[in-house]
Amino acid sequence: MSVSITLDGQEITTEEGATLIDVAADNGVYIPSLCYMRGKPCLGTCRVCSVKVNGNVMASCTVKVADGMAVEVSEPEVADMRKALVEINFTEGNHNCPSCEKSGRCELQAVGYEVEMVTSRFPYRFPVRGRDHASKHLFLERDRCIFCQRCVEFIRDKDSGQKIFSINGRGSHAQIEIDVDLADKMTPEQVTEAAEMCPVGCIIEKDLGYNDAIGKRKFDVKTLRQRALEGEES
Amino acid sequence: MNQKIHDVLTQNNSDRTRLIDMLWDIQRRDGYISDDIVKLLAEALNMSSLDIDETVSFYHFYRTKPFGKHPIYLCDSAIGRMNGYQEVRAALEGETSGVFGSVSQDAQFGLDETSCIGLSDQEPAMMLDDVVFTRLTPAKVRTIIDQLKSGQSPEEIANPQNHASSSLKYVESMVDTGIQNQGPVMFKAGRDYRAILQACLEQRPDEIINEVKSSSIRGRGGAGFMTGLKWQLGREAEGAEKYIICNADEGEPGTFKDRVLLTQSPKDVLLGMIMGGFAIESHVGILYMRAEYAYIKDYLQRQIQDFRDAGLLGKDILGSGFDFDIRIQMGAGAYICGDETALIESCEGKRGTPRVKPPYPIQQGYLGMPTIINNVETYACISRIIEKGGQWFSSLGTEASSGTRLLSVSGDCARPGVYEIEWGVTLNDVLKMVGATKPMAVQISGPSGECVSVAKDGDRQICYGDLSCNGSFMIFDQSRNLLDIVKQFMDFFVEESCGICTPCRAGGVDMRTKIERVIDGRACQQDLDECVSWGALMRATSRCGLGTTAAKPILTTLDKFPELYAEKLNKTEHLLLPSFNLEEAIGEYDNAYKVLVEEARK
Repeated sequence: MSVSITLDGQEITTEEGATLIDVAADNGVYIPSLCYMRGKPCLGTCRVCSVKVNGNVMASCTVKVADGMAVEVSEPEVADMRKALVEINFTEGNHNCPSCEKSGRCELQAVGYEVEMVTSRFPYRFPVRGRDHASKHLFLERDRCIFCQRCVEFIRDKDSGQKIFSINGRGSHAQIEIDVDLADKMTPEQVTEAAEMCPVGCIIEKDLGYNDAIGKRKFDVKTLRQRALEGEES
Repeated sequence: MNQKIHDVLTQNNSDRTRLIDMLWDIQRRDGYISDDIVKLLAEALNMSSLDIDETVSFYHFYRTKPFGKHPIYLCDSAIGRMNGYQEVRAALEGETSGVFGSVSQDAQFGLDETSCIGLSDQEPAMMLDDVVFTRLTPAKVRTIIDQLKSGQSPEEIANPQNHASSSLKYVESMVDTGIQNQGPVMFKAGRDYRAILQACLEQRPDEIINEVKSSSIRGRGGAGFMTGLKWQLGREAEGAEKYIICNADEGEPGTFKDRVLLTQSPKDVLLGMIMGGFAIESHVGILYMRAEYAYIKDYLQRQIQDFRDAGLLGKDILGSGFDFDIRIQMGAGAYICGDETALIESCEGKRGTPRVKPPYPIQQGYLGMPTIINNVETYACISRIIEKGGQWFSSLGTEASSGTRLLSVSGDCARPGVYEIEWGVTLNDVLKMVGATKPMAVQISGPSGECVSVAKDGDRQICYGDLSCNGSFMIFDQSRNLLDIVKQFMDFFVEESCGICTPCRAGGVDMRTKIERVIDGRACQQDLDECVSWGALMRATSRCGLGTTAAKPILTTLDKFPELYAEKLNKTEHLLLPSFNLEEAIGEYDNAYKVLVEEARK
């Protein structure tokens, strides 16, 4: 059913039950996110896509549009909340873009530019969570994990459907784990999919890094915003 | 199938949604859950080992290493700390020759801490797996540890008269009853459950729902959703099966009323669940009970069996053609499982992570089916509403808050325990009733609620629209250090955050750092301003109620007791940032000197 909502004051027509972050993108309004992937089930973990819906702050990846919704994206208070959430991701882990294999292909870095982050308002924690090099094709740089859950939910063993990636522990003690046996069975395509799906430099493909020159990297060629507005499925 | 897991799998039909039960079975048998067992289970359930580890590592009470013959969990709560927790802790370490967080050298005792275990009216308290000991003192600890060393089991020590574990006497051998007054709704002796249920089943389900609606009862878990409306939505929802869940994961620090209800009026609760099942046409009830209440489980199981034997549960209840049965699902130590969707995840054998909503449980809850979840107290109230009528219930309390509320009162007062109050009484009324002589502050609804000032808020009413209360009522007198209590509450939220969303997982830690800075005298006004701003961020953007309320210990005390913060601020004109800790920064100097210079000289 066709419904109408307002997006930053502009009236738009869309389908009832569509996901708000998609509706916004389809209407030229980019809302940053670090966990949501168009075409895949909502994870609702990073909260970076928060907007105001009828005055209440909600993560736009979790909102199904309904007739008459008043959505504010650029409203300063909620825009600053999005920025704060990006900033806190930078300080909770270790994100040193200049030395990172993922630089130029990293969504956290790209979103950092999008929200015009200069530094983080939160204290840097410099965690030491340790690496895991045990699998043949991938390694985990755990200090960069933002716990988005993409790999946990979307990368599964092709035969059994079992989880290859998982989260151990809870809260601030949590850390990402990889099942080495299952990981070693991954096809080259799946290995690439996992590494590309990771929005930060946590899941890294071995023997690959710094392949594209600055200026020719993924988000140099086409920004995350452009990709989102073109409706690109991640 | 491997012999080590054969029985466990058989008892649980190799159903992976019963993983919590399987893990408990294994831990009860082996004392802990080994990597080998996890591998075997993973194979049998077609899961990866790490997938099982996800669940195991989420819950506080699952152990992956041996933790001594007697694993001891001492309750570390604000109330415990007001009643001798430190001395008891020291006594435990002394008597067992152990250190908290580890196993004693003789492998007899494991010592660990745990959050509030629902005994705030009789702390300090500790758990030895399924057995609890209350009102601890160093002398009592000495006696208990001596008895354990001499070979007595925790059950024998706590229950010397050897009452059956299914009896009320067994529960009461460990825990005092706690009821302090008699109100109009709860704890009525001599109820004729058969007649009440018979009368209920003779009506139509929609009449039952209308009765609940006319009572205007709001869910007693804290959020205050209209129960009648929830049930109506549950009735209208379509599903091959529907579920009735009772939330007995009473984890909010300071609350213990559900413990008292489940021990003193368990059949009120069961009856309310049956009525809910009848109203929405569900046939399965699940009572999700926190692991800390394991000592009540056999007794509760007996109550369920009594109902079955009397034809009040099971097939064709009282000849009405209505089938309904109840099972108990134990938790394993996670405050977050009090959130209804986290609770459902836990019932399905997974990490207790709150789900993304929508869909709501009423649409897709347990196993994807429409599910009604209500608090223990709500079901107990419903059993009385259906008996006495919605009008009777709504005549109690205030217009917006009908009926009565059970308060779990603890802290600085003469008579801690459970009180039934009509909504609408004032804070001062309650304080007088419980014998609080010099109250300074009251923590209403636990850490997730608000800290109010008795001087400023004494005339406020306990009701929705003013001081809504989930049952937790902790009193702090003028001798208490509120900032230390705030710090303990922040520790609690950091410990209990599931970590699924960024603002709660990361924000909680940063907020805790702020209160530590205030306590250390290293904070400046900017720190307080940031507390307000970051707290608003957590409130607005977190995924569930834990994250949205986790900053409240700081925010509400900052609002009511700003002077406590102001006097701690570092106002000295200095070249260094106030937050810079000079002592800490040079603290390693002596050690470094030793290593680099003195050792090198040798």
